[in-house]
Amino acid sequence: MKKIKLIFIIILPLLVIYIGYLYLKTVNFAVLNPKGEIAAKEKNIILFAMMLSLFILVPVFVMLITFAFRYNEKNKKAKYTPEFDHSRIFESIWWGIPTILIIILSIVTWQSSHSLDPFKPISSTKPTLNIQVVSMNWKWLFIYPDSQVATVNDLTIPINTPVNLEMTSDAPMNQLWIPQLAGQIMCMPGMVTHLNIIGNTAGTYRGVSSNISGKGFAGMSFKAHVTSDNEYKNWISQARKSQNVLNLKGYQELNVPSEYVPATYYSYASPGLFSYIYNKYMGPASDNISTGMAY
Amino acid sequence: MNIFAGILGLLNIDAFKHDLVQYFGVAAMTLTGVFVVLALTYFKKWKWLFSEWLTSLDPKRIGVMYIAVAVLMLVKAGTDAGMMRLQQSISVGSNQGFLKPSHYQQVFSAHGTTMIFFAAMGLMFGLINIGVPLLIGSRDVAFPFLNSVSFWLFVAGMLLLNTSLAIGDFSGAGWLAYPPLSELQFSPSTGVDYWIWSLQIAGVGTLLSGINIIVTIIKNRAKGMSLMKMPMFVWSVFGSMTLVIFAFPILTVTITLLYLDRLLGMHFFTGAGGGNPMMYVNLIWAWGHPEVYILILPAFGIFSEIVATFSRKRLFGYTSMVWAIWAIVLLSFTVWLHHFFTMGSGGDVNGFFGIMTMIIAIPTGVKIFNWLFTMFRGRIKFASPMIWFMGFIILFSIGGVAGVLLAVPPADFQLNNSLFLVAHFHSMIVSGVLFGYFAGLTYWFPKIYGFSLKDEIGKYAAYFWIVGFIVAFVPLYILGIMGATRRMNHYSPSLGFQPLFIVAGIGVLIIGAGLFIQVIQIATSIRDRKKLQDKTGDPWNGRTFEWSIPSPAPEYNYAILPVVKERDQFWKEKQNQSNKSHKKFKDFYMPKNSYLGLVIAFFAFSLGFAAVWHILWLFIFGVVGIIVVVIIRSLDENRDLLVTFNDLSRADQLAIRNEQ
Repeated sequence: MKKIKLIFIIILPLLVIYIGYLYLKTVNFAVLNPKGEIAAKEKNIILFAMMLSLFILVPVFVMLITFAFRYNEKNKKAKYTPEFDHSRIFESIWWGIPTILIIILSIVTWQSSHSLDPFKPISSTKPTLNIQVVSMNWKWLFIYPDSQVATVNDLTIPINTPVNLEMTSDAPMNQLWIPQLAGQIMCMPGMVTHLNIIGNTAGTYRGVSSNISGKGFAGMSFKAHVTSDNEYKNWISQARKSQNVLNLKGYQELNVPSEYVPATYYSYASPGLFSYIYNKYMGPASDNISTGMAY
Repeated sequence: MNIFAGILGLLNIDAFKHDLVQYFGVAAMTLTGVFVVLALTYFKKWKWLFSEWLTSLDPKRIGVMYIAVAVLMLVKAGTDAGMMRLQQSISVGSNQGFLKPSHYQQVFSAHGTTMIFFAAMGLMFGLINIGVPLLIGSRDVAFPFLNSVSFWLFVAGMLLLNTSLAIGDFSGAGWLAYPPLSELQFSPSTGVDYWIWSLQIAGVGTLLSGINIIVTIIKNRAKGMSLMKMPMFVWSVFGSMTLVIFAFPILTVTITLLYLDRLLGMHFFTGAGGGNPMMYVNLIWAWGHPEVYILILPAFGIFSEIVATFSRKRLFGYTSMVWAIWAIVLLSFTVWLHHFFTMGSGGDVNGFFGIMTMIIAIPTGVKIFNWLFTMFRGRIKFASPMIWFMGFIILFSIGGVAGVLLAVPPADFQLNNSLFLVAHFHSMIVSGVLFGYFAGLTYWFPKIYGFSLKDEIGKYAAYFWIVGFIVAFVPLYILGIMGATRRMNHYSPSLGFQPLFIVAGIGVLIIGAGLFIQVIQIATSIRDRKKLQDKTGDPWNGRTFEWSIPSPAPEYNYAILPVVKERDQFWKEKQNQSNKSHKKFKDFYMPKNSYLGLVIAFFAFSLGFAAVWHILWLFIFGVVGIIVVVIIRSLDENRDLLVTFNDLSRADQLAIRNEQ
């Protein structure tokens, strides 16, 4: 009986952990596998906080298990002091040490909240590329104002170039997340947020919406391509050859609910389109919202 | 839009049309109801049910009813969880799973809403009703009728939520219904209105309870029990109910504004017309974050009682513990923004809220160390409540550390709204809140029913829950780091999520087995109740004086009210027989049963249902009905019953004779 128990308690979990380990070696831990400077810094902060937390977790687990064995009622030899309920030294220790750990983490928090503020432009020798992002039901629209092209569900950016995503929503709130490039920022109707990202390794990374926005939400994933400068130029000229045009009429045709939309390209995007989209929520409520009277 | 249209409002035949999965749910719910009704009729138990339970103002009975409803809701919302994991295990690539996206959204919205408002809150108020009057040496709560009204409003809210399963649909906007998704433009059905009104009705009940319990703690304590002599559970409930009083009005106002948006086309939270959805998000979390502490504090209190009792040792650092509770109460109102760092408030705001959040970890950590040092140099008896405690410390510490990690804004940018976050808050709510309540249920069960639960089976239940929790939620931590977002009904096979979702699904099954073992535990304990009878009234060798009275505790709790000289009074009395106080019995009054709470809930349900479906006459009927019942109750002067020596239970009569 005891042997069976032993098997269950020790060997079975070890086996499960080993199988799990073999499997997890094959998958991509996106958050821990950054391909850009911002995501890399965020990863370091996650790892630092995890390390720091071991200073609490280890003593707690050690004490819990030691005390549980040592002071089990079956062990009559253990010291028993039923009235021992206060010790200034002990209590100072566990008000004090966590406070010190939290002070350390607070300093990191305060500094990193500022240095890694997603609104803050990334310093680089290369000029920043502006891209406008609109979350729609249920797809992502990316407008490249400098080249005047636009895409749906395809974000292509040149390597080592800081990119400023200006984001809004023409739908319920969404949250843009490309785990390997940077953390998440919300897209909200009538408001503009910024997410500064940079890709330092060429490749294709998964982007998603992480805030529920309706029934097509799960299909709002897109591919983020980080390419060389030449490839990027080719990509722009390729996009320019598209038959689609994103003027107001083109936008209204796009702005109907659709799901699992494949990457689509627009050879032209009206320069004022983005400000039209977020401004249309700012005026007085009217039935004209979707007809674009303000444009 | 036609606001209040026609005799049936918006209700029409379409509201009853569902897909197969939903019909199955409706059928299960209806059959359960029919079965209960038939059983009650067959065993001729209707009168007993009505006069002994439904109309009872005894807080212990109200507590038991709270727990019964909460367990039912736990099973229901647990089934939702199973459906979600099943969907996520199979809905990969070309397979779309068995739930349509809109149905999947309703399932996870209902899961969260039901678990928080009707499972966790129900268990909490059940245990508070059972525990607080007993632990402060009182015969009742301060306002017994109000207590019954609170409970029945809770039931009315629960029924309204479950009505959405059969008539119409439920909200698909998540358990906090962020606008603009929850606005009429994007959620045109009445689902969100069901969400609003079931919370509105239950929320009013919660607020009334909060006031009731606070007054009880302040006014009804036994003679000599100064605040610093209160058992730790009472302190924790004091903190929790303070949070209720300050937080729940925010919820009531916020969802009223949302309803006005939906009903009258106002623009508090709409994207357009000058509204601002982020205002809602701020307000709902200004309630929502304290809500988490409302749930966890009483669980902390229960563990404080349990760890001292089963270690046969005084609670370590009592004063620290009290300060820790009030630090948590205060701080919990200063951290709400950490739920949406991703709004992009800038470094100063995010940094401030991040640091405030971390500071909460200090008093929480202090509590954990104090519990550990209560075990230090004790004589620990590992009964099932201690097993829940061990599981709690391990899983809750891990979850707490994950929480501190999420409080660092740049880390949160990566993990917010991922499954890592989901795993974190389940660590708090399941292994913190639920484990605490289960431990408390086992602990106080003999005092309520007069017999103990079978402890061996209880231990197995705890093991299954702990192992199940690990299997169900460790994969979610991993999935979050892999970049899996919450609330996905479908994903691509190339991501490698599927095996982990399947493992998590197995975890849900193990937890389900744990729940089933608990049902077996209760069933077999009822069968063998004679053998398990608690003859001494003190099955655990307890410390607080609820264990000094016979089990089951009589309706009036204490025939002679205790006088308190110190903390752990009963423990001291047992050690030192001479310390016992001799007091004469005096007649006292107890409240009579009343069915009016039930009637108020009926009108509240009508009002809620009318508000959901825009039925004007029914709405007026509900409002007028409630006002009339309150007036009737106010005019009733014959509310109390005199209890004399002859009305006491035989055990109490015997005890009093022996003393004199």
